[in-house]
Amino acid sequence: MSDNLDTAARRYWAANLRTVAICLVIWFAVSYGAGILFADALNNFRLAGFPLGFWFSQQGSIVIFLILIVYYAWRMNKLDREFDVDEQ
Amino acid sequence: MDLKTLTYIVVGLSFALYIGIAIWTRASSTGEFYVAGKGVNPIANGMATGADWMSAASFISMAGLISFLGYDGSVYLMGWTGGYVLLAMLLAPYLRKYGKFTVPEFIGDRYYSQTARVVAVICLIFISFTYVAGQMRGVGIVFSRFLEVEILTGLLVGMGIVFIYAVLGGMKGITYTQVAQYCVLIAAYIIPAVFISLQLTGNPVPPLAFGDTLRGEDTYLLDRLNQVISDLGFTQFTDGNKSVIDIFAITAALMVGTAGLPHVIVRFFTVPRVRDARASAGWALFFIALLYLCAPAVGAMARYNLTDTIQSGPVGAPDGNLVYDERPGWFQRWEQTGLLKFQDKNGDGRIQYYNEARFPAEQAQQYGWAGNELTVDNDIMVLANPEIARLPNWVIALVAAGGIAAALSTAAGLLLVISSAVSHDLMKSTFAKGISEKQELMAGRISAAVAIVIAGYMGYNPPGFVAQVVAFAFGLAASSLFPAILMGIFSKRINREGAIVGMLLGLGFTFAYILYFKFINPTANVADNWWFGISPEGIGFIGMILNFVAAFIISRLTAAPPQRIQDLVDFIRSPRGAAAAIAHH
Repeated sequence: MSDNLDTAARRYWAANLRTVAICLVIWFAVSYGAGILFADALNNFRLAGFPLGFWFSQQGSIVIFLILIVYYAWRMNKLDREFDVDEQ
Repeated sequence: MDLKTLTYIVVGLSFALYIGIAIWTRASSTGEFYVAGKGVNPIANGMATGADWMSAASFISMAGLISFLGYDGSVYLMGWTGGYVLLAMLLAPYLRKYGKFTVPEFIGDRYYSQTARVVAVICLIFISFTYVAGQMRGVGIVFSRFLEVEILTGLLVGMGIVFIYAVLGGMKGITYTQVAQYCVLIAAYIIPAVFISLQLTGNPVPPLAFGDTLRGEDTYLLDRLNQVISDLGFTQFTDGNKSVIDIFAITAALMVGTAGLPHVIVRFFTVPRVRDARASAGWALFFIALLYLCAPAVGAMARYNLTDTIQSGPVGAPDGNLVYDERPGWFQRWEQTGLLKFQDKNGDGRIQYYNEARFPAEQAQQYGWAGNELTVDNDIMVLANPEIARLPNWVIALVAAGGIAAALSTAAGLLLVISSAVSHDLMKSTFAKGISEKQELMAGRISAAVAIVIAGYMGYNPPGFVAQVVAFAFGLAASSLFPAILMGIFSKRINREGAIVGMLLGLGFTFAYILYFKFINPTANVADNWWFGISPEGIGFIGMILNFVAAFIISRLTAAPPQRIQDLVDFIRSPRGAAAAIAHH
């Protein structure tokens, strides 16, 4: 493997790790953060009929999990093409 | 047509569908038997994963649990869905790229060690059997309640159906049967939920109705529910009893456990390309979310309906409680199953249902109440819900078919990973290396058949522990398999010694902690005695941390993995060539 390719592979992996890290920070913030650690504080606010912390723990986090996976899949497919490692 | 005939017809039709699919998708090679020839469309795979993953517990028990736990039930909602984020981003694409058949195979290859592989097989078999016994029990319960047959007969029928499509069709048969089962179970879940939402709030979309106002009033459903149950001494629905640290640990153990469950991971081996594995994880969570977003709504509405039926008037009014002799038909039918029990403690012929531990004693005395008179099992909430809400009989029949579909699909997925671990990891690769593909396929079929018989026996004669050990399956998956796979992908430095010690330590610690509090000294199972206030349900989280730390330290102290393993990790990290990897087989 030439140095060039090696650097490209390393840059691809770094971009991948960055994407995953961003997604996991959000994943942690909505579930463990809003749904658990700060749920009581958020329950002072209301979203329609829901106390906000309760909503995050029972519904909101699930919706955001789904959005995260969709974003990740889209973003990784794009990275695969940019770094020319996609499957033909 | 009466309910029983209708139920027989609906359940019979669903069985005919599964068997038809099984015959149409017979497996003819080990590749088809283990991973459906890696040709499954990602949307179909997402549905199959949904059915595979959503067990009798998700379908029958979860909404009931949430119904009584309220906010504390969030651990299941977040825990069982959040794991898919980990799966999608940390495991699925890489395991698909690696392109082999089983989870232990990956662990054995990555850690260049048959010992690691056998340790992984042991974890896998323990996790899977624990889980499958519960599924078979679920099959028995649904049969005995809806089709009014003996539990044994119900189990034998269920085993027969699973036998046909798991043994004949292998992963290929299971995948397409699970797609059909997903459709049955989601319809069976959502239709009653829509009806009940309409009745209570006028909003037909259950996840939205959950936060809506009651029909014809401007009070929110949740506010009314909170008030109704707290008047009777229960904890408010939107509040919990568990400590924050315990909620945190249980959610983490369930999330990581979900990502480490072998029958779920192996579903991502069946799609053609790496990008399909990513997409498929998204579809899986989408199909799962359809049920999981409805579940808390169903739980809340069922709780409200139940309380409102029993406590028909103001609390404490002489005629405020339901007269036992005027109880509705669903009440009588569920009494027969023993899941609903009434005992007239004060002899007034009316049903008092309240939390005697927290209800003011002098007030109860003043009302002439002599204690709570109703025992409700969590499991009836989903199954009895259509009857409580007086829905048409065909909806009730559909729920029966859905419950059976949920239990059978999960049982089949688990049996398949057990059989492939035995035939592929233990026989073909460890103890009987010389066997041909045909013999391996036969071994896979035989071990699936044997596993079904064991599972059936455990379903009929549940070893006392089955009900208590759901924590086991998740805790063990979280503390053993997940860290080993994750580190195998994201670190080139973790070596054989680190991985084996990590798995054994995580497994051993989690096992010992649960064993102690659940079996050896159950009376000590209270928050004061728990380490860091973490219950046995959440201890897999600590086991996982121990696994990571031990693996890291031991790997630093011993030699780095050989160059070929580091190249293997590089190979896994780049998507190109996943389709070609199939050609090796």
